[in-house]
Amino acid sequence: MNRTAISGILLSFLLVLAPLILLASDSQPSGEGNLIDTPEEINDYIVHHLQDSHDFTLYTDGETGHHIGFPLPVILWDDGLKVFSSSRFHHGETVAEVDGNYYSLYHSKIYKTNANGDLDLDEAGHSHNARPLDFSITKSVLGMLIAGILLVWGFGSLAKSYKKGPLPTGLGRVLEPLVIYVRDDIAKPNIGEKKHRKFMGFLLTAFFYIWVLNLMGMTPLGFNVTGQIAVTVCLAAFTFFITQFSGNKSYWGHIFWMPGIPIPMKILLIPVEILGMFTKPFALLIRLFANMTAGHFVVMSLIALMITMKAQFGVVASTGIAFFLAFFISLIELLVAFLQAYIFTMLSALFIGMAVADHDDH
Amino acid sequence: MYNLIGAGLIVIGGGIGLGQIGGKAMEGISRQPEATGKIQTAMIIIAALLEGLAFGALILGK
Repeated sequence: MNRTAISGILLSFLLVLAPLILLASDSQPSGEGNLIDTPEEINDYIVHHLQDSHDFTLYTDGETGHHIGFPLPVILWDDGLKVFSSSRFHHGETVAEVDGNYYSLYHSKIYKTNANGDLDLDEAGHSHNARPLDFSITKSVLGMLIAGILLVWGFGSLAKSYKKGPLPTGLGRVLEPLVIYVRDDIAKPNIGEKKHRKFMGFLLTAFFYIWVLNLMGMTPLGFNVTGQIAVTVCLAAFTFFITQFSGNKSYWGHIFWMPGIPIPMKILLIPVEILGMFTKPFALLIRLFANMTAGHFVVMSLIALMITMKAQFGVVASTGIAFFLAFFISLIELLVAFLQAYIFTMLSALFIGMAVADHDDH
Repeated sequence: MYNLIGAGLIVIGGGIGLGQIGGKAMEGISRQPEATGKIQTAMIIIAALLEGLAFGALILGK
């Protein structure tokens, strides 16, 4: 039964693909004006997507240069608070004038310039212009705000439903097993039955926040929040400070005077252990950042295959191949989105558990 | 050019490591199927630590 089904699917694939491949053989490689066409343009597009931006653009019409999306507020601190709309930059094409100061966008960062927008660039292409403190609501900040509102709404309704009875209703039915999963499978085994309650707030927040943001990155809206290193640095900093501040006597004892080994070894181990305090959260932040960046890069590169393979296979076949590859990689990315949230929470719980563990058996 | 070779070496090393972790975990599960849950958790943690190392090397090398 199974085998016939699989061979049937394969046969229909061949039947669909064969005419497409034949079609491809007589189609011309065609440059279509202002559409993204070359590997350099694809690379620029992907790199631009991976970065944060000051406006929310869904799509840019290549022929008219018209951007579909909306501007976001820019909030600068430069001898006083400056608030204006990012539409004044016209997507980095013009210089924004605010209260006699001129600002321009360069590689998604705001620099203070003269009226012409001249930048003082060095050989590596880095600008030496002054940068005002940037507190803007960028695309990533908007994504974080949306994730926060979603979490407050979802868990607010879960908390409210417990007032009516012991069984949650609606969305809470989905969230309650996940909360119990984090408590029973992540917090309790790693931190311990007695002490886990104090850290549940952080662990649950980290888990759901990272998961929701990862899933938002899978939508075509173009958020890449957990792929911003600033975001993952802050998330890992929470783990770092919670671990250090909840560390008990035996945790610090194991760092500065490791018990049970000769004295020269104790002295040798002090710098190693202090380094270890920092490498643990560092690994957390690099893992999340690199996984999400790599995931977005792979999905977008596979979608871009339909452009790069157009010359060899024709429009229809290359689109089909790109669709199937991107579709299956997207399914794996859905798994990765959950797995990264799980790993971050799990390792945070492990580090906290190491800091609060009792060593009665010594 | 050299960083591409380095990236390839990192991926080879990471692949060997992940293969070892996954293979040994499979062996462990087939010997003691009742310990599947515990073995899986430990496997994922160690795989994540390895992954952090490999990604750190990839990013520093870039």
